[in-house]
Amino acid sequence: MTLETDGHLKSHATEEVVIALEGVGKWFGDFQALKGVDLEVRKGERIVICGPSGSGKSTLIRCINRLEEHEEGRITVDGIELTGDVKRIDDIRREVGMVFQQFNLFPHLTIMENCTLAPLWVRRMPKKEAEANALKYLERVRIPEQAHKFPAQLSGGQQQRAAIARALCMNPRIMLFDEPTSALDPEMIKEVLDVMVELAAEGMTMLVVTHEMGFARTVADRMVFMDAGEIVEVADPETFFNAPRSDRTKLFLSQILQH
Amino acid sequence: MPRPRSRTAPWRDPKIRGLIAQAVVLTAVVLGVWWLGRNAAASLARQKIASGFEFLDHTAGFGIIQTLIDYTEQSSYGDALIVGLLNTVLVAVIGIVLATAMGFLLGVARLSRNWLIAKLAAAYVEIVRNVPLLLQIVFWYGGVLRALPGPRQSLTFADVAALNNRGLFVPRFTPEAEAMTILIAALIGVAAALGVADWAKRRQLRTGRLFPTGRVGLALVLGLPLLAAVATGFPFAVSIPELKGFNYQGGIQILPELMALTLALAIYTASYIGEIVRSGIEGVPRGQSEAAAALGLKHGLALRLVVLPQALRIIVPPLTSQYLNLTKNSSLAVAVGYPDLVAVFAGTVLNQTGQAIEVLAITMALYLALSLLTSALMNWYNRAYALKGG
Amino acid sequence: MAQTRRPSRRRIGPLTWARENLFSSWMNSVLTLTAIYLVYVSVPPLVDWALLSAVWKGDSREACLAPDAGACWPFIEARLDQIVYGFYTAVERWRVDIVYLVGAAGLAWLALPRLPFKRTVGIGMLIVYPLLAYVLLTGGMFGLALVESERWGGLLVTLVVSVTGIVASLPLGILLALGRRSRLPVIRMLCVVFIEVWRGVPLITVLFMASNMLPLFLPEGVTFDKLLRALIAVALFSAAYMAEVVRGGLQAIPRGQYEAAQALGLGYWRTMGLVILPQALKLVIPSIVSNFISLLKDTSLVSIIGFFDLLGIIQSANSDPAWATPNTAFTGYVFIAAIYWAMCFSMSRYSQNLERRLGAGARR
Repeated sequence: MTLETDGHLKSHATEEVVIALEGVGKWFGDFQALKGVDLEVRKGERIVICGPSGSGKSTLIRCINRLEEHEEGRITVDGIELTGDVKRIDDIRREVGMVFQQFNLFPHLTIMENCTLAPLWVRRMPKKEAEANALKYLERVRIPEQAHKFPAQLSGGQQQRAAIARALCMNPRIMLFDEPTSALDPEMIKEVLDVMVELAAEGMTMLVVTHEMGFARTVADRMVFMDAGEIVEVADPETFFNAPRSDRTKLFLSQILQH
Repeated sequence: MPRPRSRTAPWRDPKIRGLIAQAVVLTAVVLGVWWLGRNAAASLARQKIASGFEFLDHTAGFGIIQTLIDYTEQSSYGDALIVGLLNTVLVAVIGIVLATAMGFLLGVARLSRNWLIAKLAAAYVEIVRNVPLLLQIVFWYGGVLRALPGPRQSLTFADVAALNNRGLFVPRFTPEAEAMTILIAALIGVAAALGVADWAKRRQLRTGRLFPTGRVGLALVLGLPLLAAVATGFPFAVSIPELKGFNYQGGIQILPELMALTLALAIYTASYIGEIVRSGIEGVPRGQSEAAAALGLKHGLALRLVVLPQALRIIVPPLTSQYLNLTKNSSLAVAVGYPDLVAVFAGTVLNQTGQAIEVLAITMALYLALSLLTSALMNWYNRAYALKGG
Repeated sequence: MAQTRRPSRRRIGPLTWARENLFSSWMNSVLTLTAIYLVYVSVPPLVDWALLSAVWKGDSREACLAPDAGACWPFIEARLDQIVYGFYTAVERWRVDIVYLVGAAGLAWLALPRLPFKRTVGIGMLIVYPLLAYVLLTGGMFGLALVESERWGGLLVTLVVSVTGIVASLPLGILLALGRRSRLPVIRMLCVVFIEVWRGVPLITVLFMASNMLPLFLPEGVTFDKLLRALIAVALFSAAYMAEVVRGGLQAIPRGQYEAAQALGLGYWRTMGLVILPQALKLVIPSIVSNFISLLKDTSLVSIIGFFDLLGIIQSANSDPAWATPNTAFTGYVFIAAIYWAMCFSMSRYSQNLERRLGAGARR
């Protein structure tokens, strides 16, 4: 399943709500980064969040695995309410995987070691099992032969795919993507997006912050447009791209869809 | 919209855990300090050692071989402290000046295109840095300066100075009343040089013409006092050291302890300064000197206007660090008998009074004050001169 | 198609090389001649003193008293035992030999590339070797005779103090650096104060503190072995400097590494131990080795508080009237300087080599 396939990916969304954000607010000093954000994500659903820079989209998904602390409202992930409680944070992070814009692979470990680190130390898997697990996901992202190389020896696209594999090795129920292709050279964006499309096709619950609208059109069950810390519009891709309701959405779309 | 208060979380809240951890550590530290203090009080009482700082007013009862202020055996311990401190400052200042001069020369030599000079400089650094400073100090003192011949067989220089195992004897110039004019002339010279520099710069900006500011300035600063000295008939009482009996009388005696210490400190620190200067110059990207050359600037100008200012930014912070190291290393004076702060105060005074805690506290506090002062200066320099932006 | 010509190879003969590198301008020529003169004035006399005119055989000072005599090597030979072992009981010296040999073997195993089991040897050297050395050197157990630390001297004391300082300062320094970057204000302040105080005062005052002040702070009747006091002082002093080095490394690690580890669910200690510290330490290896070299040189200060380390033992030997000649002191200092130089120089060469090998691995 690749991006070239016309039409939209079949939805795997169920009724079960896995992420619930209610009235979430966050400040950085005097600057309010998130204002009254309400959002429900269902199991198997794929949500693409877009918006101008500074709109709070990265902050939003980073609040979900507590890389940022929300100050107002409630966040519930997988039935666990996210508070300052350390144990709850750990439980949530085990079930939520994250892929970063800058890959953030560990440079002093091989790709294999990057992928087995957390399963060994957090899920307490035996080494053989962790390695088999890692190889499985490395094959999924199509770089099994790179397993024993170091990150610096891989291209950008391969590194990001390795980062996706690393997150998948923890067998998460939810995957968060924070602008996964923004740091890649253009010719490598496709290989990463293809992997993400395959992941979506298998029914993974995904929250993706991205500017890649082609990907969004194919994959998203719902599009979320954020501006100045608020959710401005939520709609299915068809409605979002062809008949956006809000003026701000229209302005944003006209700016990024020019080419 | 006002910020809501964060909800209080259960006992697994990381903030609460952090507070508990800090409380535990703090209690442990306080308890530890209290236990140590109790032991100390008991030990002091047992050994009948006094406490408090009144001892600073007591009579010292010992002489010091080099004193920059008036000091006799009737002076107090407090006076001895000041003598030691001044001796440390003397070594530090002379050492820093020498080390900086030698270090800069060394750094430039390391980068020289002359193969022999570069290699010799590298050898200097590799040899000096890998031998302990204390050994070098002791070597210069015991192995060289003390091995010099006695006063009767001194090495003499033009009959006005003599070098032997008691020290270096040089003429002493005591200024008489008219010597004031020389000082005033020097100040006028400096002011005039600055004025000329300012005028020349403005003229250059206006008309583009260059003026030999450096040479004229130097002539003013050196020439005016010289004229004044000649005009007043050189108003100094000169005391030339002369061999009388078994030793030299008159003049100034520079102790071999001081010489060995300063020499060793300067040589050792210069090797570090040399490396700092080298990495400072190398740290300026080559593109800078290439661009300067492409603009037609000659080598000397390019160095002065483009490379050196940038190199200095890299050089100054570690340089001040080395100055601080030199000052702290001067405490090794105790190994050769030079009466610096540590030798006089933390050595003799501590042994005589037995008040180790007070003496060492004062000594360490003095060095700490110096360190903190230097750090503050360095931070100020970094803030003021760091390249803005980027 | 134009025929390409190979550029003519320029062969630089010695004369051309000399002209370009040594005599390219008249200023350079002057410098070269001055340098040659300096070398001529210092190196041949040194070689002559140390080798050609030196005295090689003899039993006492008479041998070295000859006019024009150079270095007095019989003096070193007579004192060699002391230089290596100090005043260690002669019959028990085999214990010191074992400690030296095992130490050298372990170091060689770790230093030479491409040898297996480095991790085991490393842990062994860090944990097993110090215990073994302690038991063998001190004795008083397992049927070994007791040799008090007052009898240790020379190279033995220098190595004991350096190695202990090195082994202790790295873990302590890491903990202090982590503490200094902690978000808990109490911990951070305690670490900052500790580090800045120890870095702001000269080592000699710290040693004075250990030998004069420490006994006052202990309860009645409890005494610390003198050498142990010095060891503690040196270890804490060195740890403060090591902390700043490690902190520099920690600051260079991008935030993304911390975040990625957090996102994977690794806790604080696992993040530090598995992800951050390996990278940070590798970055600052040259500074760490430089600290070790400084530590080795700083051990010479224990001679001031009465220990007969390498420097102390040669100073006591120099004042032996049985060997008093004009050349004795000089010979002694030169020999000791050569030993220190050999040790420090090899460490710094090794560090440069290590840097090159590790840098090659992190090819970008």
